[in-house]
Amino acid sequence: MAKPTQKASAVPQDVVLSVRGLSIDYYTRRGPVHAVRDVSFDLKRGETLAIIGESGSGKTTLAIALIRLSPRSARITQGQILYNGERKVLDIASLGDEELRRFRWSDCAMVFQAALNSFNPVLTIWDHFLDTARAHGSPGRAEVRARADELLGLVNLDPERVLRAYPHELSGGMKQRVLIALSLQLKPEIVILDEPTTALDILTQRSIIDLLRRLREQLGFSMIFISHDLSIAAELADRVVTMYAGTAVERASVDDTFYRPRHPYTVGLLRAVPNVSGALGSVASIPGSPPDLIDLPPGCTYSPRCPFAIDECRKAEPALLAVDTPEHDARCIRWEVVKEKVGSAEQPVAEKLAAS
Amino acid sequence: MSSDAGASPLIELEHVGRTFTTPAGTITAVNDVSIALDAKEAMCIVGESGCGKTTTGRMLAGLLRPSSGRLMFEGKDVWTTKGDDLARFRKAVQLVHQDPYASLNPLRTVYDTISAPLFRHKRARDRKQAISVATELLQRVGLTPPADFLIKYPHQLSGGQRQRVSIARALTVDPRVIVADEAVSMVDVSIRISLLNLLLALRDEFGVTIVLITHDLAVARYFAQVGRIGVMYLGKMVEFARTEQIVADPAHPYTTALIAAIPEADPTIARTKRKVELRSAHVPSLLRLPPGCVFHPRCPLSEPGLCDVTVPELLPLQEGQEVACHVAMRERVPAAELLETVPAGVATEPG
Repeated sequence: MAKPTQKASAVPQDVVLSVRGLSIDYYTRRGPVHAVRDVSFDLKRGETLAIIGESGSGKTTLAIALIRLSPRSARITQGQILYNGERKVLDIASLGDEELRRFRWSDCAMVFQAALNSFNPVLTIWDHFLDTARAHGSPGRAEVRARADELLGLVNLDPERVLRAYPHELSGGMKQRVLIALSLQLKPEIVILDEPTTALDILTQRSIIDLLRRLREQLGFSMIFISHDLSIAAELADRVVTMYAGTAVERASVDDTFYRPRHPYTVGLLRAVPNVSGALGSVASIPGSPPDLIDLPPGCTYSPRCPFAIDECRKAEPALLAVDTPEHDARCIRWEVVKEKVGSAEQPVAEKLAAS
Repeated sequence: MSSDAGASPLIELEHVGRTFTTPAGTITAVNDVSIALDAKEAMCIVGESGCGKTTTGRMLAGLLRPSSGRLMFEGKDVWTTKGDDLARFRKAVQLVHQDPYASLNPLRTVYDTISAPLFRHKRARDRKQAISVATELLQRVGLTPPADFLIKYPHQLSGGQRQRVSIARALTVDPRVIVADEAVSMVDVSIRISLLNLLLALRDEFGVTIVLITHDLAVARYFAQVGRIGVMYLGKMVEFARTEQIVADPAHPYTTALIAAIPEADPTIARTKRKVELRSAHVPSLLRLPPGCVFHPRCPLSEPGLCDVTVPELLPLQEGQEVACHVAMRERVPAAELLETVPAGVATEPG
């Protein structure tokens, strides 16, 4: 279905992955589920991009489509995924099986949600390293071992102990570290992490966040991570794409997202999360629930829950409008009203709204 | 414990412990924990997985018999009472489970789920009366219009709505204590606060005491704003204090480390937040707990000869703050001294 309308070479040099107007449907008995609708973003070299959204926002569907691991019932109905690697330029949607196999892991690796279930329980960690190496042109055992030692060292694990272990012998945090090491085995340019810290304890979460930060500094890969947890985005991301009902409703730098959000959903989401440091501010939930993705409401999909909505919002789905700076856009015709309310101070949204 | 009826707390765990026998050996999930609650309190038990918070909650709700110690309700030992007193306790204390996808029977409509306890406890004699009480309860938990929800099955409801049904079910017996085990962990972030507000409203309007068990300190802080937080680690209560005290100036090194480790939804704080360097990332197994203070192998303040030998007791440090730490009790190391400063603008740890 996906017809390349633009040449991959049109991707700017500093962009390593460009997603353009991507739409994905799932086919079900009730009809097509519009899980991802017209999502575009550029991932710059060395950058960390967070895709945040709640369950059903389409964030995981989007992520697994980037390496074309979507289930059979999913179809890309529109758009392009362009990879602009140092070694090659690829249009992911039109790759053949062999090219796709090589793209996965050596160019773009993925750490899946639920680290505990990503391993083969009857293989040792060493076997996992060896398997990966064999599947991608087999270097010698000594080379694989050297790489495994290096990577496990980087993620603060003892290779002697860990390589011999079976997955069940490792704690949740150790498994997540091993998966991160495995994802880096073939020196990919892009690493995608789906909910990298969900289901981990607080102290373990902290060590994984610090680890990802350090690896990014040391190795310079680009990173996309998917999360429902805003605080992980604040900790790790350079830029944030906020998703709602399958589409990107706001794209901005991390500071603009947290201090100067212009889409009412982003504002609502930020306000819904209490913090531990600082003032509690005016914390509040968003009323209502997300729409049915088979039968979307007319106009802006957030309008039924939006305190800023006017009649015009229900007529047509707004485009991404540039707000404040060229690097920041929001799918909201009322963004100027939101701006008036939220302002531009470097202060969390809940605190600002408590003061006003 | 004084037998003066006026002074005894509504519900109390007295030095309870609980062990489980597993094929690998006996584990002590909870060791010498005491909690006393009055009517209308909001309290949180916080800790990481394996700290014993759920076991403590289940003992508080009378679902698990303590291996040692007592559960007291209105001054009576629950596990030795029988008949009417026991029935009264069962009605007075209700549990709301973590997973609203598993805790509702998928074959029962909301009406079936809510009416069963109404009939069982004779709050309704016939269907008409049951519908009227159920309608009132659904209104109370914000599922409106109730008539629409009564006929629905769990699969037709969102996670948040299911959790509201669970709360409505708990309310059928006019409980005086609700133990909510991770009741908001599985619902979307955008609606968590409204569920916490619902529980807090029950406390304000009906004087229900609510114990929320959570791993999320930010949720605990919001929920127990005017109440207390107990922090558990490997089966022990390590600190028990007023919420603002715990958040602003924790006394136990574990609490300090935990608060410092929490990811913050504010990029500036995230970049500049100070951390506690633990001596080890390894959490000891419950099968082989370390001697002395269970936290000593990881604790930055640990003193050889003291912390690895003697188990610290939970003792009052000041008004509204109890802590189980030898060093904190002796010299009250302020949280600020445990934290290593990361200069503003430097986002990386030294590598």
